Amino acid sequence: MSLMLLIEQVLNGLQLGVMLFLMASGLTLVFGVMGLINLAHGSLYMVGAFAAAWVAAATGSFLLALAAALAAAAAAGAIVEVVVIRRLYARDHLDQVLATFALILVFSEGTRWIFGSFPLYLNVPDYLAGPVTLPGGIEYPLYRLSLIGVGGLIACALYLLIARTRLGVQIRAGEADREMIAALGVDISKLYTVVFALGAALAGLAGALVGTIQSVQVGMGEPVLILAFVVIVIGGIGSIKGAFVGALLVGLTDTLGAFLLPQLFGAFMDVSSAAAVGSALASMLIYLLMAAVLFLRPRGLFGDTA
Amino acid sequence: MKSTLTAAALAAALAMGATQASAEMSDIKVGMITTLSGGGASLGIDIRDGFMLAVKQAGAGHVDVVIEDDQRKPEIAVQLADKMVQSDKVDLLTGIIWSNLAMAVVPSVTAQGKFYLSPNAGPSALAGKGCNKNYFNVAWQNDNMHEAAGAYANEQGYKNVFIFAPNYPAGQDALTGFKRFYEGELAAEIYTTLGQQDYASEIAQIRASDADGVFFLLPGGMGISFLKQYADSGLDLPLMGAAFSFDQGILQAVGDAAMGVRNTSQWNKDIDNPANKKFVETFQAEYDRLPSLFASQGYDTAMLMISAMKKADVKDADAFRAALEEADFESTRGKFSFDTNHHPIQDIYVREVIKEGDVYTNKLIGTVLTDHSNAYVDECKM
Repeated sequence: MSLMLLIEQVLNGLQLGVMLFLMASGLTLVFGVMGLINLAHGSLYMVGAFAAAWVAAATGSFLLALAAALAAAAAAGAIVEVVVIRRLYARDHLDQVLATFALILVFSEGTRWIFGSFPLYLNVPDYLAGPVTLPGGIEYPLYRLSLIGVGGLIACALYLLIARTRLGVQIRAGEADREMIAALGVDISKLYTVVFALGAALAGLAGALVGTIQSVQVGMGEPVLILAFVVIVIGGIGSIKGAFVGALLVGLTDTLGAFLLPQLFGAFMDVSSAAAVGSALASMLIYLLMAAVLFLRPRGLFGDTA
Repeated sequence: MKSTLTAAALAAALAMGATQASAEMSDIKVGMITTLSGGGASLGIDIRDGFMLAVKQAGAGHVDVVIEDDQRKPEIAVQLADKMVQSDKVDLLTGIIWSNLAMAVVPSVTAQGKFYLSPNAGPSALAGKGCNKNYFNVAWQNDNMHEAAGAYANEQGYKNVFIFAPNYPAGQDALTGFKRFYEGELAAEIYTTLGQQDYASEIAQIRASDADGVFFLLPGGMGISFLKQYADSGLDLPLMGAAFSFDQGILQAVGDAAMGVRNTSQWNKDIDNPANKKFVETFQAEYDRLPSLFASQGYDTAMLMISAMKKADVKDADAFRAALEEADFESTRGKFSFDTNHHPIQDIYVREVIKEGDVYTNKLIGTVLTDHSNAYVDECKM
């Protein structure tokens, strides 16, 4: 195993991490501010990817496709919030899980109804295609490198939004005490719609960016949703900083675990069984990480200590 | 008055014609459990459409098909099978795509005396020690196409091949099958997660190895993801695989990244025989898309069943089984017969991904294995 291979794997882990962050940030905001468990977040990821694939096929422009993904997911998020989610804030988590699970089914079948069951085509634009050579002679796909950059930028922007703007103050206040900010004259239901649409837009963007190198198909959001929940539990519910650190931890653990564990077992087992045992253990690794974090810090790394 | 009489006479004549036709064929009730929603839905839809096309061509009225969606979940497939056997009272089951679902359903329904015709999954356990006299596989034993890929790698002179597949029964069968025929060294052997979408880690390992070829099994969306990421990585080692990763349903979503890839298959739309010509033309006319490998398997499964219905009644299980064993039907893939463990003996071809106008599709480029059976025949004691 060479150092170059290890560095490439670390980059892969970072790339997975920042994409998970885009998903997890919306999820953690919605949970933190509104106290809502939104299982349909993965469907918004799918909506973004399908909107992007459709616009890319119609116009040929990747940037327009990304804009469409943001717009479609934000619109879908806002509509869902106004029509369904709004009625769930006062209910307990079980009702929320049930209702948002129903939304998953509605979104999946609706998408199949409109686009059919066959995966759609969405590809890397020419100006981002192919590998680049990094210092040290590592060849790495330019697109994945761009994903790391975009994810990092969005993380900074989101941090500034929460920490420095009026909307950010309202979001943080909503997290701390919703009756109080309502009493101070902030339109709480509008704030909730905005936060929900913002989270949805980020999920849609992640769907479009990831769908470009993976496959755009019905049901693509659910596996990512599970990882995103692991991320917000590790990071601490409601914390953007926690979502970022948690996402990178999960991304790196998942990638490096799947790569290193089979090699580790290979040292004292034959290749086939080492591969089988190693990959089985690697798929458990992030859950072990989550269990360890919860054991040491029951509210997650950056959760409220109260 | 006269015209009503004529109409009545005509109706009587028609009815007589109909009863005469039905005298040649017995009736059957079929339960189809297949994947119609979620990630693998395109495969199940193709199987269903191929099957129903053959049923329609044989003339309606004799085949009653109950179709249910297993959502690719073993527990749901088991529930559906119980419901179909106990409350729908079906005579024969078919349709399952995935080997893990087949393993959950097939042993129990065949033990209850029902027939099961597999249009796709062919796990090694059901071909060897777990074979059953009421279980027939009309597609292939899981290892078959991978064995052919191994033989093809020898033919091409590859010496150091990187192989990987998802960690589930068909994935393990794939790598075992490849290694059974491939004679060179292995650069690495890796198991990925079923449903995995990001192959950056595997691609990095391919890059770091000194492999001269890559063999993999990644059906459905997994294959789309890998091929796109591979094309973007700058690697240009030749790729080989079984037809599942390069079939009609997914090629359009992969695009140029799949061009030129060699894959092994028992069927392609340009195999030259009358049955296949009719199938390809009528499928396109009926559903307005090119048929896939899976559609051809669904079609062949129904053709086999109909051939047996013409010879025997399904209520007479021994006679019906003997009729199935004869495999007296025009297969879309040409020569077709059953070995003693009820798995096909057939030719396996190499195809290459090409572009016809705007449509990505496969072209036949040669035969790798002739009259190929499977490695588990001797283990099967019926």
